[in-house]
Amino acid sequence: MRAYSFAIYLFLYAPIVLIVLFSFNSGNNASDFQGFSTLWYGKAANNRFVIEAVTHSLIVASASASLATVFGTMAALAVQRVRGAARLFFDAMTYVAIMVPGIVIGISTLIALVTTFGLVNEMLTAIWPGDPATAPQLGMGFGSIIAAHTLFSLALVIVIVRARIAGMDRSLMEASADLYASPWGTFRQVILPLILPAVVAGFLLSFTFSFDDFVVAFWVAGSKTTLPIYIFASIRRGVTPEINAIGTVVLTVSLILLFSAQLMLRRGEKAKPKTA
Amino acid sequence: MTAIRTSAQVERRARWVTALLLGPSFLWYLALLVVPLAVVVVFSFGERAPAGGYQAGFTIANYLNLPARSAAFRNTLLLAPLGTIVCLLAAYPLAYYLAIKASPRLRLFLLILVIVPFWTSFLIRTYAWMFILGGRGLPSVIEWLGLGEVRLINTPLSVLIGMVYGYLPLMVFPIFVSLERLDKRLIEAAADLGSNPWRSFLQVTLPLSAPGVITGCMLVFILLMGEYLIPQLLGGGKVFFIGNALVDLFLQSRNWPFGSAVAMSLVIIMLATVTVYLRVTRRYGAGRDVSLL
Repeated sequence: MRAYSFAIYLFLYAPIVLIVLFSFNSGNNASDFQGFSTLWYGKAANNRFVIEAVTHSLIVASASASLATVFGTMAALAVQRVRGAARLFFDAMTYVAIMVPGIVIGISTLIALVTTFGLVNEMLTAIWPGDPATAPQLGMGFGSIIAAHTLFSLALVIVIVRARIAGMDRSLMEASADLYASPWGTFRQVILPLILPAVVAGFLLSFTFSFDDFVVAFWVAGSKTTLPIYIFASIRRGVTPEINAIGTVVLTVSLILLFSAQLMLRRGEKAKPKTA
Repeated sequence: MTAIRTSAQVERRARWVTALLLGPSFLWYLALLVVPLAVVVVFSFGERAPAGGYQAGFTIANYLNLPARSAAFRNTLLLAPLGTIVCLLAAYPLAYYLAIKASPRLRLFLLILVIVPFWTSFLIRTYAWMFILGGRGLPSVIEWLGLGEVRLINTPLSVLIGMVYGYLPLMVFPIFVSLERLDKRLIEAAADLGSNPWRSFLQVTLPLSAPGVITGCMLVFILLMGEYLIPQLLGGGKVFFIGNALVDLFLQSRNWPFGSAVAMSLVIIMLATVTVYLRVTRRYGAGRDVSLL
């Protein structure tokens, strides 16, 4: 069984090792290793399109992860107090947002937005006082990618934080209320510290998913190229060690994020008695 | 502090707070899920405008036309379940080793090693397989070993490898959680009662790990059904999935109504499968443990 596990780890890491190895290739052919060089890192770092794509991805990922974390945590706290149709709608939508494939979310957001923007833009042109050609027009861009990414991250945060709340000791909240804490005080001093690991995990997961997402962004990005869109387009143009260099940097950054998240979560675990 | 309130006032206030807390998420669901999906439903009954796009109308022709994309449906409905099963078979022994055999100190480290790939760019990991399975990767090694000529890239096999590779961590994790929670004394008890290890596994360990198996299978199956990148990069346009058909319909043929009908069918197939699956498995007491992460 140990040998089997070793084989699985080999399977998991062989592609990653290859990517890292070939990112240091001095030749410009991706499949022959011609010597060690950091040439491609320099090329990637000086590539205007790469820098732009990374910036776009960072903006989108931080905005959508922040929105999803704040709104999702708020909803997770409130949702168990709701009964009836509103509750049913909410649970069903969380379920649907997670079940529906990204590609369908992307397409449906695209056609809904194109249709709405079409109508709104027509109206804007009609009521615009100056030259109709200068009327402001709505279009795809940061707004649409952030909104679409927030949707699936939101459902994710709600699920994660709710799981944490379910494992929480309710008597702590009652005790806090008995001791005359205001609801806000109870939230800040009792609930938030307890759910914080789940909130942080939700944020980091949302950030990673958004940063990594190609399928949804592909439809709603308009002219805003994110990093996965750039990489996808480069792969179709042909394979170069530059993609490997970008990939290696992304891998390294993800690793650093993962380990810091792990560290934070473990610190959170130590600070309080273990639940479940 | 504020003045003392009557219980009716407190209740009204609490209701307001709840509404404010739920508001943003509610709006998001409405504007970016309910409305878009409703638009897709409406479009799926419409007609293709002469220049491409959508034209108002009411017809079920788009749904009747679905067999025109039967290859995509067939590939998805064969390879997504197959990929899930292969993933399960590959993941279970590893999860078992991690939860039961590995020493506690090694366990956390090995576990992190499983998640690390999942946290790294999916696109780049899949691209690495284009590299490995391509003509100058594994096939040239196989030829060098004198085992004959093979073609791996752009075959259903390469898509299957990519799918198992991409989602293996997602399968290992829930199974590991189930197995780790399992009371090891139960296995000892089974052994004391004269059960051989294999039988203890089948009658004790396996049923008790069912919740993890179900969660893992559901997660992987859901993601595989909507897959676009893996068939695109490793299937080379030969192993079309529904996801690839959708891109083709919306971007190349610009047949939005037909594309909408295909999208709706995918969603319906998925929701139906998952709902039936949950219903059936909930009976075995698994439902409670089915968490998404």
